[in-house]
Amino acid sequence: MKLFVLFADLITFRLLRLDPELRISGAVHFFIEDTSKIFILLLIMIYIISLLRAGLDIARIRDFVSGKKRGPAYVLAALLGAVTPFCSCSSIPLFLGFTSAGIPLGITMSFLITSPMINEVAVILLGSMLGLRFTLVYVFVGIAAGVGGGFFIDLIGAEKYLTPLGEKAGEMKTDTIPAIKRKSGIRERHAFAIAELHSIFSRVWKWILIGVGLGAALHGFVPDSFISNFLGDGQWWSVPAAVLLGIPLYSNASGVIPVAEALLNKGLPVGTMLAFMMSVVAASFPEFVMLRQVMKPRLLFIFFLMLLVFFTLVGWIFNIIF
Amino acid sequence: MKIEILGSGCANCRQLEQNAIRAAETAGIDAQTIKIQDMEKIMSYGIMMTPGLVVNGKVKSSGQVLKVEEIIPLLEEEASA
Repeated sequence: MKLFVLFADLITFRLLRLDPELRISGAVHFFIEDTSKIFILLLIMIYIISLLRAGLDIARIRDFVSGKKRGPAYVLAALLGAVTPFCSCSSIPLFLGFTSAGIPLGITMSFLITSPMINEVAVILLGSMLGLRFTLVYVFVGIAAGVGGGFFIDLIGAEKYLTPLGEKAGEMKTDTIPAIKRKSGIRERHAFAIAELHSIFSRVWKWILIGVGLGAALHGFVPDSFISNFLGDGQWWSVPAAVLLGIPLYSNASGVIPVAEALLNKGLPVGTMLAFMMSVVAASFPEFVMLRQVMKPRLLFIFFLMLLVFFTLVGWIFNIIF
Repeated sequence: MKIEILGSGCANCRQLEQNAIRAAETAGIDAQTIKIQDMEKIMSYGIMMTPGLVVNGKVKSSGQVLKVEEIIPLLEEEASA
């Protein structure tokens, strides 16, 4: 990691000749260090993970989950959701596909909760910026949200609140369609990994620049006391406020994390930040629009509320512990 | 030949549609390409991840944004069927 600091030093102080005393130098240095670190790390890790993931077949996952007993199924679905890449437009086909195989609603939801929240980009960024410990916390909380959320959905008998389309899902047939027969030899895996690199980078690079840019601005220009003065010192209300703030903000994890790091460094309490991050990533407008097709407004609202309550609780607990 | 792209309108589905059109052109196959965004219709094909590629009513792939080179053999397969 020192490498990136040195690289940033080189550009900021030697190439651009900025005065180390100036605020803008701090911001520029942060920006260069972070973006270079993130891009290189992403490059390496996405490649490796995609190599491993090349043979993934969602139909196989679905069949694997459908035979399991209730309790473990929640955990299984949440774990699998965490490792499966996610595109919000796939939520509905996936939902209907799982349901048509007889998988209970709650278990499907466990999968759909963790899927957007935990992805390799988020984990890599968290690991590099906030450390391993924090990353593990985030992953654990994400999976707990999935398990708890799914369980809660079944507890309230949510099947009653599905739209006609959602209810029809049980009768639909989803055969295991052989996608292009995915050969998993090393050459195919490599090709897949390169394609994934392209696809992920083209999606997230803007967000990363924006996120780091915001983080850099915060780092360089916002005084340390600002956070504690205006965003609360871990008072109880700052956590729900952070969660609410996160709702309209939709970003994928890559954009949020650099900002989160800058905020943390400026003194934002860990729990508040965790609640904020999760709210930004998990409560996403496009996904809700999708889910509206299978969930009646009442259910969607309950689901939404449940996530918020969960994140708030997590925020409070972590503020107390750390 | 009828090509249907199943998807709800995100960038991946649009990319697949463009790739499919290019593939048909490159292979010299006369094909009509349409985008299906209606969820029920998409589900009737039984795919679980969008985008999906359907040629002459048969699902050829799901959950992947196939490249032009990958689509061409699928089209040719149907053309000679």
